[in-house]
Amino acid sequence: MQPQINQHTFANGLTLLAERMEHVRSAAFNFLVPAGCAFDPPDQLGMGTVLADLLTRGAGPRDSRQLTFDLDNLGLDRGEGVGLMHMHLWGATVARNLPAALEIYADILRRPHLPDDELEAVQALAYQDLRSLEDEPRSKVSVTLRKHLYPSPLSNDRRGTAEGIAKITSDAVRRHHQRWFKSDGAILSVAGNIEWQPLRDQIERLFGDWQGSADRTLSFGTQPPRRAHLAKDLEQTQITVAYPSVPIGHPDYYSALGAVYVLSSPGGMSSRLFTEIREKRGLCYTVSAGHDMLKDRANVIAYAGTTNERAQETLDVLLAELCRLQEGIEVEEVERIQAGIKSGLIMQQESTRSRASFLASDWYYLSRVRSHEEIQSAIDGLSPSIILDHLRRYPPGDFVIVTLGPKALKC
Amino acid sequence: MPFHSHLLANGLQIVGETSPSARSAALGFFVRTGARDETPEECGVTHFLEHMVFKGTPRRTALDVNRDFDRIGADYNAFTSEENTVFHAAVLPEYLPQAVDILADILRPSLRDDDFNMEKKVIIEEIGMYEDQPMWSAYDHAKRLYFAEHKLGNSILGTPASITALTRDQMHGYFQRRYVAPNILVVAAGNFDWPRFVDLVEKHCGHWQQGAIGRGGVSETRGSGRFEVMTKDKVMQEHVFLISPGPPADSPLRYAADLLGMAIGDDSGSRLYWALIDPGLADSADCSFHEYEGAGAFYTSFSCQPEQSEETLELVAEVLRDVQANSISEEELNQARSKVLSRVVRGSERPKGRLMAVGMNWIYQHGYRTVDDELRAFESVTLSAIREVLERYPLDRATTLALGPLAQLTSPQGNGSR
Repeated sequence: MQPQINQHTFANGLTLLAERMEHVRSAAFNFLVPAGCAFDPPDQLGMGTVLADLLTRGAGPRDSRQLTFDLDNLGLDRGEGVGLMHMHLWGATVARNLPAALEIYADILRRPHLPDDELEAVQALAYQDLRSLEDEPRSKVSVTLRKHLYPSPLSNDRRGTAEGIAKITSDAVRRHHQRWFKSDGAILSVAGNIEWQPLRDQIERLFGDWQGSADRTLSFGTQPPRRAHLAKDLEQTQITVAYPSVPIGHPDYYSALGAVYVLSSPGGMSSRLFTEIREKRGLCYTVSAGHDMLKDRANVIAYAGTTNERAQETLDVLLAELCRLQEGIEVEEVERIQAGIKSGLIMQQESTRSRASFLASDWYYLSRVRSHEEIQSAIDGLSPSIILDHLRRYPPGDFVIVTLGPKALKC
Repeated sequence: MPFHSHLLANGLQIVGETSPSARSAALGFFVRTGARDETPEECGVTHFLEHMVFKGTPRRTALDVNRDFDRIGADYNAFTSEENTVFHAAVLPEYLPQAVDILADILRPSLRDDDFNMEKKVIIEEIGMYEDQPMWSAYDHAKRLYFAEHKLGNSILGTPASITALTRDQMHGYFQRRYVAPNILVVAAGNFDWPRFVDLVEKHCGHWQQGAIGRGGVSETRGSGRFEVMTKDKVMQEHVFLISPGPPADSPLRYAADLLGMAIGDDSGSRLYWALIDPGLADSADCSFHEYEGAGAFYTSFSCQPEQSEETLELVAEVLRDVQANSISEEELNQARSKVLSRVVRGSERPKGRLMAVGMNWIYQHGYRTVDDELRAFESVTLSAIREVLERYPLDRATTLALGPLAQLTSPQGNGSR
């Protein structure tokens, strides 16, 4: 079944994407505003998170309580997230309530109150969010890895720093909103039981006169050191390893993805890291690898959490498995990846949230939305030799390694 | 969406909800056994056995099991709770026969010694992983403190010591006792052909042995009412749980209890949101209703900076006392209802969402309920039903556990500090 996808970029640069899903009763939307934490002022890291929280504390004619009350009464499940490049605001509810929810979101994006008297509470929350990271070892090691993988501001984390959060003022929040919340480059994607024409007309009315663009050029700091250990007395040692890959749009993209899936396929348990590290050796409960991507660069990031006494062995086996990839790949391994992707693409059709987020992401990276056929045929075209050719061009190596636990590991 | 059911001669129950427009089919084997069905010597065996089910049969090695699932692109997993062990897979419709073949086969595992010893290490790793997550740790300890001697307080994961001490024969004994045909429910939802499905299940499971079903220790509890502080120097935030009684899973009050929990502690617009999150006192706050066979509970939790724990706990106690005394408003009830109705609709759009709803309703409501039945049940909850929940299951006499850097914390009632 071919998805019905519509797209329109308004004169002000806002792109609307919509997929009609007749077999569901719900609808989901996803706003991407290019105001991620990479754009946080360097002395006010955490600004994006503070702004995201303040956005829903009153907007347009509604104060904070009324806004929450009205969104709740629409049955809207929602969230605001701060990624590296974008702030994303998503929501999902029954399809008949979507137009009313979008009316309120026009206020949230364009006319937030950003109340002075709530800043202190929001800062307190941001500060606690930062502290909570210390109680989540896997997130902690992953945030730290990015500090060693990318130069600033690409290594920024949404949580910012305690000093940065403390320096944020109401004026600075307002300036940040004015500077980055612009129509140009913003994306709104919608998926569910919706009609294109009325949706487009509504968005034109709500956002047609939204203005502006911003210079989003980033200047990078120096490349950080490639090894780090964070000492902490924990039950388990957390291990992350990263190495370079290629982003979407690159001719090698699908073979790069194939190579990662041989190591660790989403949801699959017969891939190599799970088999070699957990099934055959019982070294950990969680082990995985994924493809981490920015527009112009990408990395493979592998993770394992393991008992301290067995951490060195886990790291050694993990690195050996990454290097062993180049030595050969079985036809069967590639066939299993193809089966997994085929069913994943079809099952994505059952979730309005997944589809809304897929549309927005493809538009950001490629300025178009890939069809199922395009993805499936690219994946079906993979073979062991094609993946191995890619691995010769981009051999796993030059590892960035970050660990968290009582003892540093040899690497 | 048509519903079907069929009982095999050996007592194995099959139910299904067909939806020809769905893109996939979801399949689950619901074994009605969990941590509460373990003897003290078997602590952790249910969850360990769930892992061992994936380690192979006379027809398949552990690697074969994973490969066979991945070959058909299945989205598959399993989980163990206090009273159910569920093995599930969602597949494209054409692969349902293979999915039945694999799941039915692995539900009769070999439990080989070398796999048993290898998987022990993985379980101990899993326990270690959770130990390093204070919020989870606090939840687990609080549940044990609340249920105390009640079997629902049994640990799902067990401890490194209990897992180390378990033998393969003990696990086999537990398997023979609990994985009998009449204790297993097979469910399918989505795009599949019912008569063909019944034939497949009959072919693969018709020979499974019968046996006694049911469980002991099914009773309501008010909880221990204790107040305990667990000091963990290395933890940054203070993580606090308050548990109070609620209606059991088959009670008609469950819908009211669910809405009451949301009005108190959903992540947007609830009492706890306005009292704790909005002013920046806690970085998380929640209240939700958990239901079990014969008992239920409200879990209220938050995490905050240690130095603000006392003030925050007092505020939470105040919220609970106020709701207990004055209930919630019509407006709050409607707000919670809007959220639940939207969640029920969205959760039912995927066969794997329906799989869980159909399976759990069969187990706990002893029958089939459509999405519209569920929606109507939430729609018809009145303020007097909320009042009845509060009268029968008071919120303000909670069992409390705090885990974090604090050495001491005063109970809001002024008793039991340590």
